[in-house]
Amino acid sequence: MSRTAADTRVLVEKSLRRRYRAERRFRIYGIVSVFVGVAFVLFLFSTIVGQGITAFRQAHITLDVHYDAAALGLDDSSDPALLATANYPAVVRNALRDIFPEAEGRVASRALGALVSVSASHELQRRLEADPSLLGSRERLRFLASADVDQLLKGGIDRTLPEQARPLSDQQIAWVDALTARGQLGLAFNKGFLSQGDSREPEQAGVLGALKGSLYTLVITLLLSFPMGVAAAIYLEEFAPRNRWTDLVEVNINNLAAVPSIVFGLLGLALFLNVFGMPRSAPLVGGLVLSLLTLPTIIIASRAAIKAVPPSIREAALGMGASRLQMVSDHVLPLAMPGVLTGTIIGMARALGETAPLLMIGMVAFIVDPPRGFTDPATVLPVQIYLWADSPERAFVERTSAAIMVLLAFLIVMNAAAVVLRSRFERRW
Amino acid sequence: MMQKAVLLSVLVAPAMFGAAASAQSARDYVTVVGSSTVYPFTTTVAEQFGKTGRFKTPKVESTGTGGGFKLFCGGIGVQHADMVNASRAIKQSEIDACAKGGVRDVVEIKVGYDGIVVAGSNRTATLKLARKDLYLALAKQVPDPANPQNLIANPYRTWKDVNASLPADRIEVLGPPPTSGTRDAFLELVMQPGCESWSWIKALKDVDESRFRRVCDAIREDGAYVEAGENDNLIVQKLVANPRALGIFGYSFLEENLNQIHGSLIEGVAPTFDSIASGKYPVSRPLFVYAKKAHMDVIPGMREFVTEYVSERSMGEEGYLADKGLIPLPAGELAKVRAAVLSKSK
Repeated sequence: MSRTAADTRVLVEKSLRRRYRAERRFRIYGIVSVFVGVAFVLFLFSTIVGQGITAFRQAHITLDVHYDAAALGLDDSSDPALLATANYPAVVRNALRDIFPEAEGRVASRALGALVSVSASHELQRRLEADPSLLGSRERLRFLASADVDQLLKGGIDRTLPEQARPLSDQQIAWVDALTARGQLGLAFNKGFLSQGDSREPEQAGVLGALKGSLYTLVITLLLSFPMGVAAAIYLEEFAPRNRWTDLVEVNINNLAAVPSIVFGLLGLALFLNVFGMPRSAPLVGGLVLSLLTLPTIIIASRAAIKAVPPSIREAALGMGASRLQMVSDHVLPLAMPGVLTGTIIGMARALGETAPLLMIGMVAFIVDPPRGFTDPATVLPVQIYLWADSPERAFVERTSAAIMVLLAFLIVMNAAAVVLRSRFERRW
Repeated sequence: MMQKAVLLSVLVAPAMFGAAASAQSARDYVTVVGSSTVYPFTTTVAEQFGKTGRFKTPKVESTGTGGGFKLFCGGIGVQHADMVNASRAIKQSEIDACAKGGVRDVVEIKVGYDGIVVAGSNRTATLKLARKDLYLALAKQVPDPANPQNLIANPYRTWKDVNASLPADRIEVLGPPPTSGTRDAFLELVMQPGCESWSWIKALKDVDESRFRRVCDAIREDGAYVEAGENDNLIVQKLVANPRALGIFGYSFLEENLNQIHGSLIEGVAPTFDSIASGKYPVSRPLFVYAKKAHMDVIPGMREFVTEYVSERSMGEEGYLADKGLIPLPAGELAKVRAAVLSKSK
């Protein structure tokens, strides 16, 4: 049975239509997949930014304070011990009472004082300790409002709820409105969020401590895992003989890359803390643990990049009389560098987002003072996010999202640095 | 260039090890480990202490009560924690473990009370529960109504099945996992008393305690009780999304979210600040902090931190811990605790 040319033509045209349809379908699948992916990312970003953007503005109250010796319970401003124990909250309350003299009695006075953050007293103490001659003088200062007032201004507290179901009473809301009308209360840029460490008071809580902790930890991780990873990759690709031992090493490296991160945390606890006696909660130990985690990733990516350099380059270098080390360091490595950097950045990005291994070495902790070195106790950004998400105070919700924004910004900066470096190393042949 | 970098890291690493060792030998801040329930309170004291005093802010880790005692009892020396937060009193086994590690003189600070609430969404009516109802709703095995001596697998599907006065809603409770101190307290304060409504089970407690615990502490695993993880905020969000469910967590989370959720009445008492403080609300537990006496002369600021913790402005009736949701000790008990702590930590 033979087909004529016309038959074949009909057959092909029929199948052609089917094949075109299949291709169109496939394209639609692809577009839908891309669209769904983008939609998820947009949804994620818009919820995070929508919830977190308000944390960058914060309610501030401007008050005329009087460093009144009687209210402070302080006669002598030269004695540091007395300065530390003086009654600063009374000064803040008096400043508010000057505006609202009707707030008589303990309960009303406490309710009024609750409009201002407790940081106001700490700030007065700092100012008076720095300059004891302020005693008795008056000054106009801007303080943080309490987190509840801040949430009220931002619409986080529903005024229509019954009084006992919201954290501010009717009277307090009336005071807030009066202060707003006088221009003494309003939202302003939240400098503290980027310049302070953690706090249990939402209005004072900042990410600087966690940001510095992440930075110190990643510096250690990079310093250790990048040179070691690249050296290992070069040795395994260019120098090591092919035998059972190197095969074993290769299998192990591939397996290590898939080990759950908590295991590295346990290793860090057993080795660095218990055997070497290094301090708990230090970025140094965090960096060591995370470099164990990133090392396999960097080695695998670097080996792939080195393998992708054409053999002709190696042969040419050797043919011109270069030694093997010269061949590697002058020719192979510069050409492999973009791939090596990509692997490094993937490893570092993973390290930046880890919390599980840090739990074991004590970096999931409440730390107020931002670290000033590699051995100071510190926490990192993802841990800070976790801790805030777990806090009962409602005002921490926006701070959690804002901290995620800071973490994403950190990641983008890191990636951008890698892109710039990569384009400088990029070479064509 | 690469060789230099490798060489550098080989040189730098031991130098850093050395730096670490020297940092270790002179710790100038207090470290606290332990319960995530006490964490919000100890951190508040730590921050106040750091901001107003001349010492560094203590470092507070959230490791859970059991994990905290493990670290605390590890030994004496700057590499071990100075204090531990606990959402229950120290157990005999932990006292023994501490003694083995050389930690003998421990100062106990009872800081206040925490209520455990069974909360529901504001879109539903308040439930009036008895501890017996909660036991029947949540236990894995319950006494057979036909023959109470006999245990059967929990047959109850709705609250009405448990108690005819309750609504005919499906039983759905979100609560803490077994690793949590809140779960331990819930078992002790709700499940066991509920279980003891049957006299033969009550009698079992003295005869065969392990059988008693097996009967009373086993929570059903057929989906009516959902382990919601340690994050109490998550439970609150789930209650808002699913108004038919109930959630079990600490009082401070209820207080912060009164616009969305409310606490169920237990034995006719609503969980409020006053009812927990007066002891009327039956489901409350004391919270503790333990401090190593041997460290007080070594770690700068530790004695002062303990003093700050028991001071009137922190633990007192109108102290800043009360603002954070801690139920303060009654004035008489507070004075006793304070006197005992101050005399012991001299």
